[in-house]
Amino acid sequence: MALIDLANPTRFLNFAARALPWLTAATLFAFAIGLEQALFVAPDDYQQGATVKIMFLHVPCAWLSMFCWGMMTIASLGTLVWRHPLADVAAKAAAPIGAAFTFLCLFTGSMWGRPMWGTYWQWDARLTSVLVMFIMYLGIIALWRAVEDPSRAGRAAAVLTLVGAVNLPVIKFSVDWWNTLHQPASVFRVGGPAIDKSILVPLFAMAIAFTFLFVTLHIAAMRNEILRRRVRSMQMLRARTQGA
Amino acid sequence: MNPLHAILLRDMRIAVRIGGGALIGVLFFLAVVTLMPFAIGADQVLLRKLGPAILWLGALLASLLGLDRLFAADHEDGSLDLILMGAAPLELTVAAKALAHWITTGLPLVIAVPVLGLLLDLDLLAIGAVALTLLVGTPAITFIGMIGAALAVALRRGGLLLPVLVLPLTVPVLIFGVSAAETVVIGPLNFGTPFTILCALTLMSLAIGPFAAAAALRQGLD
Repeated sequence: MALIDLANPTRFLNFAARALPWLTAATLFAFAIGLEQALFVAPDDYQQGATVKIMFLHVPCAWLSMFCWGMMTIASLGTLVWRHPLADVAAKAAAPIGAAFTFLCLFTGSMWGRPMWGTYWQWDARLTSVLVMFIMYLGIIALWRAVEDPSRAGRAAAVLTLVGAVNLPVIKFSVDWWNTLHQPASVFRVGGPAIDKSILVPLFAMAIAFTFLFVTLHIAAMRNEILRRRVRSMQMLRARTQGA
Repeated sequence: MNPLHAILLRDMRIAVRIGGGALIGVLFFLAVVTLMPFAIGADQVLLRKLGPAILWLGALLASLLGLDRLFAADHEDGSLDLILMGAAPLELTVAAKALAHWITTGLPLVIAVPVLGLLLDLDLLAIGAVALTLLVGTPAITFIGMIGAALAVALRRGGLLLPVLVLPLTVPVLIFGVSAAETVVIGPLNFGTPFTILCALTLMSLAIGPFAAAAALRQGLD
């Protein structure tokens, strides 16, 4: 099915109704494999013990926090350039999910940092740039919530998403530079030289499972957003006919 | 008269008029810097060390202060609609408006740095470094902030949202501005490296800002 066929919201709802059970099943299946791999197959780290398992949540969340912004960027191009009618629905539905994964990334990182670094928070380059990205996600959500008309909010959020997409690499680079300047590399980190295969396979399994989770949540959220907009236009229609 | 020239002069004239708020930013800058010793303590050594960072933070916050009025005032009295319909390209028009805003709010901050630097016990070289980095860095803040101002123009509470949208984007400018200024006070690096990158960031925001702001205005107001 071409992307343009899904431009019709009713067709998209049909597609979502058909796809969601399969996606849910695939997500559950992927998590079953991933969790089994992560919890039972992957060995404990010789230095970190069982806390290394946090990585299997932390890394997929970090991956999705970036993947989600990339998706929002493409959706924003869809809004501004191609005027795809569902692009702003996709961008709006993705923002809270991306923010949630970014928060989970920060939270699990902090939980991991406590036993490993002896502190919940370190002004480490990666942590800091993820924190900045988290604030930008919240800014996007705030912008969505500040404008009543969904299509106008969509275009404003699209401009901001694109500006963010251009700026995120610059921010990342600046924070790295700032970090090497202010704080010499003192932090012990897993997988400095190379990650062993016994860790890498469960990590990939978990990353795939989380990606399936994201796609499932995203399509469900898009469906909800379309229904919410229909409710809104029906309410406005009713207000107009009754008010006359 | 060239329309861009006319807009530049008009905005500067409005800014210095009663109710224009051109020098409020400097006043805010002074207030922030005055508050710092109360929070940090009147330790001369510490203040001297933190001086560039304090001045940069104060200037960053002060340049965001009047930014929400950049397009909102024109939106309220209808002149923004005329600008949108005008023959001059919108990208250049908003760039002229941002330049006028920088001349009336950013440039006074740079001029105020020597006085405020004395309050923080900075030596002449450090004051010069902070003033130079701010001279190069504040246009970047204005042009990045202009994107937020253009997004916020149609919002009812845009003024509240603007700093949240703009501040994360100013992180690189702050990092390289402070690093360059600090090299003179403490740093092991030479001044040129971070300063050149700061110049690059400013040029980048000069290039991106007008296009993004013009796009936001076109999308937001139709």
